Parts: sequence; C-alpha cells; structure tokens
Amino acid sequence: MATVSFTSALNRFFPGLKPEQVDAPTVREALEQVERRYPGIKDYLVDEQGCLRKHVNIFVEGELISDRKKLTDPIGAHADVLVFQALSGG
Amino acid sequence: MPSKVLLIGTSKGLVEYRRSLNGWAIGKVHFQGMPVSALHVDEHTRAWWVGLAHRHWGQKLHYSADEGHKWQPVPTPVYPAGAMLKPGKPASLKKIWCLQGAGPGRPDGLWLGTEPGGLFYSDDNGLSFHLVESLWNHPSRLDENQWFGAGRDFPFIHSIVVAPGDGDHVYIAVSCAGVFETRDGGASWAPRNKGLVAAYLPNPGAEVGHDPHLLLACRARPEVLWQQNHCGIFRSVDGGQQWDNVTDEQGIANYGFALAVDHQNPERAWVIPAVSDEERVAHGLALCVCVTENGGRSWRQLRSGLPQEYCFDIVYRHALAISGNTLAFGTSTGNVYLSENEGEHWSCLSHNLASVDAASFG
Repeated sequence: MATVSFTSALNRFFPGLKPEQVDAPTVREALEQVERRYPGIKDYLVDEQGCLRKHVNIFVEGELISDRKKLTDPIGAHADVLVFQALSGG
Repeated sequence: MPSKVLLIGTSKGLVEYRRSLNGWAIGKVHFQGMPVSALHVDEHTRAWWVGLAHRHWGQKLHYSADEGHKWQPVPTPVYPAGAMLKPGKPASLKKIWCLQGAGPGRPDGLWLGTEPGGLFYSDDNGLSFHLVESLWNHPSRLDENQWFGAGRDFPFIHSIVVAPGDGDHVYIAVSCAGVFETRDGGASWAPRNKGLVAAYLPNPGAEVGHDPHLLLACRARPEVLWQQNHCGIFRSVDGGQQWDNVTDEQGIANYGFALAVDHQNPERAWVIPAVSDEERVAHGLALCVCVTENGGRSWRQLRSGLPQEYCFDIVYRHALAISGNTLAFGTSTGNVYLSENEGEHWSCLSHNLASVDAASFG
C-alpha cells in the first residue's frame, strides 16, 4: 500500500486528516480514494476539470508529478505521496 | 431603519461590526486569514453568503443562516465538462465575484457571477448551482474582441441586478463586455450598452466590449440604472436602453469603482473617485466621496472626516454599502469609514484591516 500524507494546512478544513494508505496505480486514483474518506477534499486539490490547482504540489517518492492535468503519474506499491501547498501561493 | 450590523470583506477575512449605544465596534472576525472575494446579505432570507478565494485551495462558498454564529460550506459552482473558454480550452472557476437573490416568485433562487465569465443559478437556495448556458453561449462571449479581461486574465461578472417586481427581469454587468439584460428569466440575453463609451477600443461605441465597474438600480424606480464605468459615470432612465454620460468632466467624479444609489430617490447617488487607471490612488492623495442629487447633472464633494493628505486609498467596486442614511466603505489600504448622515460627515472605524474588497450591511 502507498501512503498519502498532507500538508498540515489542510487540517483547518479537515480536522481529522491523517496519512492514508491507498492501493492506487496513479495519483488520480489515489485522490479518488482519499476523497471517499474525506468528502470534499479533492475540490481543495484539483479544479472541476481534474487539473491540479496552480498552488498545490504533489510529490511521489520525492519527485514532483509531471502530469498536472490528468494526474496519470504512476504510484509504486509502497510509495510515499506528499500533498503540499506550493510556495508560489505566497 | 438603518442596519446595526456592518460586514467588511477583506483579503484576510470577514470583519463584523455591530452598533451599540456606544457606536460601532468590531464584534467578530470570521474566516481569519482567508481572502473574501464576494459578500452578500440576502434581502429576503437574511442569510449571509461569503465567497472565499483561497490562494492554494481554490474558490469556496459558505453561508450562515444565523448572522455568522454558524457557517455552512456549500458545493462550489463548477463549470461543466465541455464548457470551453474558447474552442479547445476548458473553463474552470477562477473567482466568485457576486451573488444576488432572485427576487419575486423565486424564493429559493440565487444568482452568482464568476470569472471567467460564467453566470450561475441555483433554484435550491445555493445547495447546487448550474451554469446559465444561454449567456455562456451568447455569440459575443466567444469573441475575444467583445468579452475580455480587465485587470484580470478573464472577463468576470461582478454585478447582478434583479428588478424588484419581476424575478424574470435581470441585468448583469461584465468587465469587459458590458451590460446584458434578460426579460425571460435568463433564457435569452441582449446587450444594453448604447450610449456608453469604451475609450480603449478602436470603436468606442461598440455594442459589446465595455467596462462597467459596477451596476446598480434604484429599487423604488428600477428603470433608473447607474453605473460607475472605467470611462466615467453613466445613468439610464429607461432600463438600459440608452445610457447618459453623467461624468463630471470638470471635476473628479469620473474614474473609480465604488457606487451607491439612494433606493428611494432616483436622482441621488454616491461615487468615490480615483485617479485614472494609470495611478489608482485618491485624487490629490485626499479621500473624497462625491454625491449627486440631480441625476448626475452636478456632483458635490464630501470630505468631512476623511483623510486629506498622503492618502493612497482607493475603494473597490463592492466596498461601498448603504442602508438608509448610513453609508460605509472600506479601502485598499485597510481603512473603514462610516457616515450616519448620508455622507456629510465620516468617522473612521478601523485603520489597520487588510485590503477591503466588499462591504455590506447585515
């Protein structure tokens, strides 16, 4: 299982948020699984077209994902996935 | 009866003032640290609506049915799959600019204006919104010479006016495109920009491509419309069929954003001028409100109680509010001023807020 961890800034909106185990082949599927556990959180990370918001970054095994539009970056079976706010947002 | 609650939406939260026997004072701060992009107090339900523009997490919409004791998030309006800014470029919500109750015959209706140019409607009091396709598909919207951004990357709907006696009769204003009217509840839309000036276009009298900064109607005489425009101040006495330029060409009541109208007297309105788009500061670095009491034929300057030196404040389009004889506005540098005698004298309520984008009486 891969582990998805979140910036603490999201705790304001999702107080019980904690690292989550997911069984997902791609970043997109990982976020779908997270959304089922924290309804509404996906709207904080991607826009209505499914594109990663401009000031959100997702790292897989320390590498920034390359597909910000469709989130097709693959996730290894035991990968660490980090959801951060980008410094570009100020 | 003037309101005893004043809401100020800033780039760092919503500030609530209440009036007691001792005067006005801050009662509470809501959404601390979050930019308020839209603020609406519903005339009928009295619900408070707030649009938030998170820098990281996108646009969010909240309402309170109990004057801010509890807030409820509602699903953010979304552009449907297939909605294109232009062919091949999908649209997504950039900013919530305004909300407006839908008026008579539509108790659960709510309009919402956004960037990049989509108008949304809810028939369940904000629980869900849908894009108003008739406007989105208006031929002018797809023409980049007619709908385009002004100070923003995309066009945005910042004003929604519902006729007091007819919920099917609605005006919107778009920067840039201009004013549009529907008389059939949004099924069809027609531009209403005759008489306006777009000095930045090769054809200043174009049918579409204008930059109204704010559009308002007098409630007692809804055929009287006012707009503070990028290119001056305009008034219509026939529901927008024809606009008259009521700019004070010799004075300072010209460029600006904020506008308030007297909802009983169609001859009276207030503006807060700024030096034109090249500078965007107070005229002479002195803050001044201008009022007309004769339909814009002349303007009088109101300065009592306002800073008259080294003042860089300007007042954004939604940051001037009126309730009876009381007016209040917040500025780009976080100052809030209030007058309880129609603008003749002003008092400062706060000096150190964040930049103010919206003001409304509760």
